[in-house]
Amino acid sequence: MELIQQLVNGISLGSIYALIALGYTMVYGIVKLINFAHGDVFMVGSFVGFYSITVLDLSFIPALLISMIVCAIFGVLIERIAYKPLRNATRIAALITAIGVSLLIENGLIYIRGAQPEAYPNDVLPMDKLDILGVSISSQSILILSVSIILMIILQFVVHKTKIGKAMRAVSFDSEAATLMGINVNNTISATFAIGSALAGAAGVIFGIYYIKIEPLMGVLPGLKAFVAAVLGGIGIIPGAMVGGLLLGVIEALVSAAGYSLWRDGVAFIVLILILIFLPQGLFGKNKREKV
Amino acid sequence: MLKIEDINVYYGNIQALKGVTMEINEGEIVTLIGANGAGKSTLLKTISGLLKPKQGKVLFEEGSIGGKAAQSIVKMGISHVPEGRRVFANMTVAENLELGAYLRKDKEGIKKDMEKVYELFPRLLERIKQQAGTLSGGEQQMLAMGRALMAKPRLLLLDEPSMGLAPLLVKQIFNIIQEISEAGTTILLVEQNANLALSIADRAYVVETGRIVLSGNADELTSSEEIKMAYLGGH
Ligand SMILES: Nc1ncnc2c1ncn2[C@@H]1O[C@H](COP(=O)(O)OP(=O)(O)OP(=O)(O)O)[C@@H](O)[C@H]1O
Ligand SMILES: [Mg+2]
Repeated sequence: MELIQQLVNGISLGSIYALIALGYTMVYGIVKLINFAHGDVFMVGSFVGFYSITVLDLSFIPALLISMIVCAIFGVLIERIAYKPLRNATRIAALITAIGVSLLIENGLIYIRGAQPEAYPNDVLPMDKLDILGVSISSQSILILSVSIILMIILQFVVHKTKIGKAMRAVSFDSEAATLMGINVNNTISATFAIGSALAGAAGVIFGIYYIKIEPLMGVLPGLKAFVAAVLGGIGIIPGAMVGGLLLGVIEALVSAAGYSLWRDGVAFIVLILILIFLPQGLFGKNKREKV
Repeated sequence: MLKIEDINVYYGNIQALKGVTMEINEGEIVTLIGANGAGKSTLLKTISGLLKPKQGKVLFEEGSIGGKAAQSIVKMGISHVPEGRRVFANMTVAENLELGAYLRKDKEGIKKDMEKVYELFPRLLERIKQQAGTLSGGEQQMLAMGRALMAKPRLLLLDEPSMGLAPLLVKQIFNIIQEISEAGTTILLVEQNANLALSIADRAYVVETGRIVLSGNADELTSSEEIKMAYLGGH
């Protein structure tokens, strides 16, 4: 039974990784950039949620929505100000810029409000223990998981059924051909940053509710792990990020359950190394697609 | 309909078009022939806005389009079927066609035009849900043309539609080009297969290393010794 509880924990944690990984993978898919500031957008989302709940006295859903909207705008600003001018620069220039943006956000926030941590109030979501087939699971885990799943379903709908989603897929496959359809590539890239950042914002609020403690450097480790999750699923592939995130969460939980909880952070990077050696295109990746 | 006046186009420091002047009248099929690397695709890309001319004018129906963004040129009625088809391989046939109509808002009209495309290319109708990347080369060419038609262009730019296709299919594609033309769309056709291109064209331009070296009515050029030697296999 202990094992099943650990699995549930792993899936909850994994759904947070998945939400962050989606932003990494969508942005990579469209501009071929590893946006290392993405973990910090997650952190900002967590703080926006915190202030919405404590200062504005809002409940979970409105706080989640505000955090998503603020992060969407924030993500678009980052793209327009920092990345867009480098669209035709070398990849390494863009990557270094992303790391710079990340440091700027972290230290900017520390400058504004200090480095001290905050604690999410523990009554944001009901904390009942539900007894399911002899396993006790907190209602919080279930709510968190449902919210993540709903967000991923909405994302799938947006990407596959809406005009902007089709434009995103077209631009990420062949941006010049997309231009010839009349698609505005700049706006489409902005929309991608907006959606990916909104998901990171949601992940930030969910993380705060689940793990209570938040601080300005909290985005670094989950950001890196979500990046591993994206690579695990196949970078650039949306379902890959979902599965990669969940899988990584479960692996970590199982490592903890096996008594190696000190190793749980290391495991993600062992997974990364193994993937890069044995399956560099990721679980869902096809062999390099060729353009004829 | 389209007037190009003395344009120079560069890739970085390399000049790909040198003082090109040409004209296309409404309803015509005009073909552009020339060897590999002559600058044919570059000219089409300049018309559709993927490249900007450094000097010279591109006029479409009297308005200048020579520095406009590609997406506004599509909106004005010029569609470009690029070399190598460039279909969205990760999407279905139907989704590719929908993307062709990206700028249109008239749902009814889009539906009608999609039916027209399926009439023109029945093979696409059979493969409506198939991923474009799994289509054969010929089917991809049909899809790329259908996709461009979905924008309801008045001027259609076709870059080597016969590339890599079996002779029978080439003939079919050329028949369809004629049908499209008869339905009222003006066509600028780039072809390696000069014989075939001249057989359906009204007029032709010959491009060599970035310059127009010869132009005239298609039948005149077909019988010209110079063209015969250089592009029609010498007989
Ligand atoms: N992206 C590019 N960067 C630099 N030079 C280019 C680029 N694209 C084309 N060129 C050069 O411009 C010239 C014209 O190329 P273009 O593609 O227009 O030729 P083309 O007539 O279409 O040839 P083909 O029949 O082989 O398609 C060539 O010398 C080519 O090498
Ligand atoms: Mg060419």
